[in-house]
Amino acid sequence: MEPLFAILVGALFTVAIYLFLSKHVIRILMGASILGNAVNLLIFTAGRVTREVPPIILADSDSLSDAAANPLPQALILTAIVISFSFFAFLLVLGYRAFQELKTDRSDEMRVAEPLGEQSPPTGY
Amino acid sequence: MAGKSEGLQDLSTVYALEPLAAADWLIVGPVAWCILIGALLLMLRKRTDVQPLIAIPALVVLVLMTLGLVWHVAANGTQTMTMGRWLPPFGISFTADLLGAFFAATSSLVALAAGIYGRSDVDDSGRRYGFYPFLLLIMAGILGAFLTGDIFNLYVWFEVLLIASFGLLVLGSGRKQLDGAVKYAFLNLIATTLFLATTGYLYGLFGTLNMADIAVKASELRGTAPLMTLVTLYLLAFSMKAAAFPVNFWLPASYHTPRLVVSALFAGLLTKVGIYALLRILGMLFPFEREELSFLIAIAAVLTMVLGVIGALAQNDIRRALGFLVISGIGVMMAGLALGSPAGLSGAILYAAHSMVVMTALYFAVGIAARLGGSFELTSSGGLYTRHGLLAGLTLVLFFSVAGLPPMSGLWPKIMLVKASLDIGAWWLAGAILVTGLLTTISVGRIWILAYWRPAPPDRSGDAGASPLPLGATAALAGLVALTIAAGVWPEPLMALSQEAARGLIDPSAYVLSVFPAEVQP
Amino acid sequence: MRTVIFRSIAPYLTSLMVLFSIFVLLRGHDEPGGGFIGGLIAASALAIYGIACGVAPVRRAIYFHPMAISAFGLFMAAAAGVLSIFAGVPYLSGLWIYPHLFGVELALSSVLIFDVGVYLVVVGAISSIALALEERDRD
Repeated sequence: MEPLFAILVGALFTVAIYLFLSKHVIRILMGASILGNAVNLLIFTAGRVTREVPPIILADSDSLSDAAANPLPQALILTAIVISFSFFAFLLVLGYRAFQELKTDRSDEMRVAEPLGEQSPPTGY
Repeated sequence: MAGKSEGLQDLSTVYALEPLAAADWLIVGPVAWCILIGALLLMLRKRTDVQPLIAIPALVVLVLMTLGLVWHVAANGTQTMTMGRWLPPFGISFTADLLGAFFAATSSLVALAAGIYGRSDVDDSGRRYGFYPFLLLIMAGILGAFLTGDIFNLYVWFEVLLIASFGLLVLGSGRKQLDGAVKYAFLNLIATTLFLATTGYLYGLFGTLNMADIAVKASELRGTAPLMTLVTLYLLAFSMKAAAFPVNFWLPASYHTPRLVVSALFAGLLTKVGIYALLRILGMLFPFEREELSFLIAIAAVLTMVLGVIGALAQNDIRRALGFLVISGIGVMMAGLALGSPAGLSGAILYAAHSMVVMTALYFAVGIAARLGGSFELTSSGGLYTRHGLLAGLTLVLFFSVAGLPPMSGLWPKIMLVKASLDIGAWWLAGAILVTGLLTTISVGRIWILAYWRPAPPDRSGDAGASPLPLGATAALAGLVALTIAAGVWPEPLMALSQEAARGLIDPSAYVLSVFPAEVQP
Repeated sequence: MRTVIFRSIAPYLTSLMVLFSIFVLLRGHDEPGGGFIGGLIAASALAIYGIACGVAPVRRAIYFHPMAISAFGLFMAAAAGVLSIFAGVPYLSGLWIYPHLFGVELALSSVLIFDVGVYLVVVGAISSIALALEERDRD
C-alpha cells in the first residue's frame, strides 16, 4: 500500500505547489488546504499502513494487541488537522479582508506595504 | 510499527514513579504561566485599563522564572520533565538545557520590555483586540519552542507562536497591515508545513519524536536511512522561519507594517526561534549531516548577511532598513552554524541573544523618535539630537551595538565568529562578517546622521519642539540599552554561558542522559 | 432558512444537541468521545440556533463573549495541569479522586477538568467564527 500512498502524496504536493505559484490569493488558499491534506497523508503513510484493527485497548486488557494499527500518527494528524483548519479559517478571513480593503486578490498588485517607485534615501548630508 | 505495544503491563517501565523536585517546575512553569495569564487577559478583553496592570507584573514573574531556570540548569545540568508521568519516549518531554534556558531568559526580558513599551504604544482598541493576551500567548509559543524536547511538540509551539503572531500582526487592520500580513501568513504557513512534512518523514524513519531518542538513534541509522534529505528539508524550513537569504523576502514585506511594538517583538524574537531550531536540530541531532551541508550553509550565510545589509542601505523607511538589518544578523548566526565548531556555535548563540535585545531596542528607539515628531522616512526627518539628546545617545549606543563596534555586546560574538572562521582557514567567511560590520556601520551611521544629527528640515522645525520623552517607553528602551552595554563591557559570564551551551549541543550526552537516566535507558 | 418549521424546531434541537455534547464530553475518558468532539457538537448546536433565529439571540443565550468562553477553557486546561504540583508529579499528570456521593462512587479527575477546558475552547473558538460568518451573511 505504501507506494500507492506515496504517489498520491506526491500528486497532492504537486497540485498544492502548482496552486501556490498562482498570483490569486484564493488559489493559494486552496493550495494551502491541499498541502495540509498532503502532509497529513504523508504522516499517515510514514506511520506505516496496516490492515489491522483500530488501536483501542479492550476493556479486559491494559495494552494494545500486537496487531493493532499505530495510534501515534493518528494523534499527530489530529493535531495537524486542527492546526491547519484554524490556519485555513484565519487565512480565509485574512484573504477576504485583504480583498475588501485592497480591492484585489492578485498578489503582484498588493503593493501597499512595498509601493513601487519608492523614494531612495538621501545620498548626501 | 511496534514499539508501543509490548510491555505496558509493567508500569514501572513506562511510568515515572519517583516524586518530582519542586525546582523541576521551572522547566514547564514559564510556558504554563504564559498560557494561564494569557487566557486570563483574554477573558478581560474589555477591561483595557487593567490588562497592563496584570500583564507587566506577570512578565516580571516570567523573567524571574526563566532566570531561575538558567541558574538551575547552570548549577545542576540539563533538566527534563516529561508530561503526564509517562516516561520518555512515550510522554512528551520538556528538556531545558543551557541553550534553551538562556534563550528563554533573554526572550522573557525582551517581552517584559515590549509589555512596558506597549503600555504607551498600544491604544485602547489595540488592547481590546488583544495586544497583551497575544503577547503572553506568543511568549508561551516561543518559550515552549525553546524548552521542548520533542520535535512534534516543537512544531506545535511554532504554530502557537505563529497564530499569536497573526493576531498581533493585524491589530487594528490597516490596509498596509493586511498587505503585509497576507505575505507573512502564507510564507510562514509554507515553512511550518514543510517542517511538519519533514517531521512526518523523520517519524517514518526513526519511529520516535523525542529529540534525545533521535540523537541516540541517528548514529545507528546513519548510512542506511536518507538522513541527508531530512536535514536538507529541515534546513530549508527553518531558514525560511529565520529569513535566511533565498527565502527571506517575507520579512521586509511585513515587518514594517504592524504597530511598532509588534515589529519590535517580532524582529527580536521570531527569527531567533528559527535559528534556535537550526541550532538544535542541525547542530545537535544531525551534526554529521550539518558538516556535509556546512559549505552550503556558509554560502547562504554570506549572501544573507551581505545582501541584508545592502538592502538596509537602499531603504528610505527606517523600519524597513531595520528589517533588512535583522536579516543581516541572521546571516551572522548562520555563519556560526556553518562553522559548527564550539567557538562557532557559541558565537552564534551569543549573537542570537545579542540580536534579540538589540533589534527590539532599535525598533523601540525608532518608534519613540517617530512619535516625538520625527518620521520613519529618512528624507523628512532630522533634528532629534538637538531636541532629545538622551534619545539620540541611546540610539547611537544601539547603532554601535548592531554594527559590532566596541564596547557594546555586538562586538564579542563577532570576534568569536571571525576567530572561529580564521581557525579553519575560511578567510572569506571572516571577511564577509567584517565587511558586513563595515556596511552596517555605514548604514546605521547614515540613519543617525540624517535622522538625528542633521538639523530639522525647515518645514518641520516648528512642530512639537519640546514634547517630553514618553516615560515608560523610554524606560523600556533604556533597560535594553543597559543590557547591551553591560554585556559588552562585562562579557565573560555570557561568553562562558554560551560556550557551555555550545558544548551541550556538540556533545548531547548530558541531554540524552537527562531524558533517559541511565538505569532505565532502553 | 427562517421557515416556521425550522424556527420552532431549532430551540429543541439546540438544547438536545447541547445535552448530547455534554454526554459525549463525559463519556470521553474511556470510550470514544471527549472534549474536542463534544465541543464541536455544541458549537454546531449554537450555529444552528444562529441560522434559525439570528445571531443576537445566540449571543444573548450564551451570555459571555465566545472568545471569553474559549479563554476560560484555555485557563481551565492549563490549570488542570498545574494541579499536579500539589501531588509532586509532572505537569499534566492525571490525578483521580473517588468521592462517594449518595452511595454512588464518582470518578473525578484532573483529566476531566482538562477535557472540560478543551470543550470550552472548542465551543468558544468555533462558535465565535461561526457567529461572525453568520453575521456577515446578513449585512
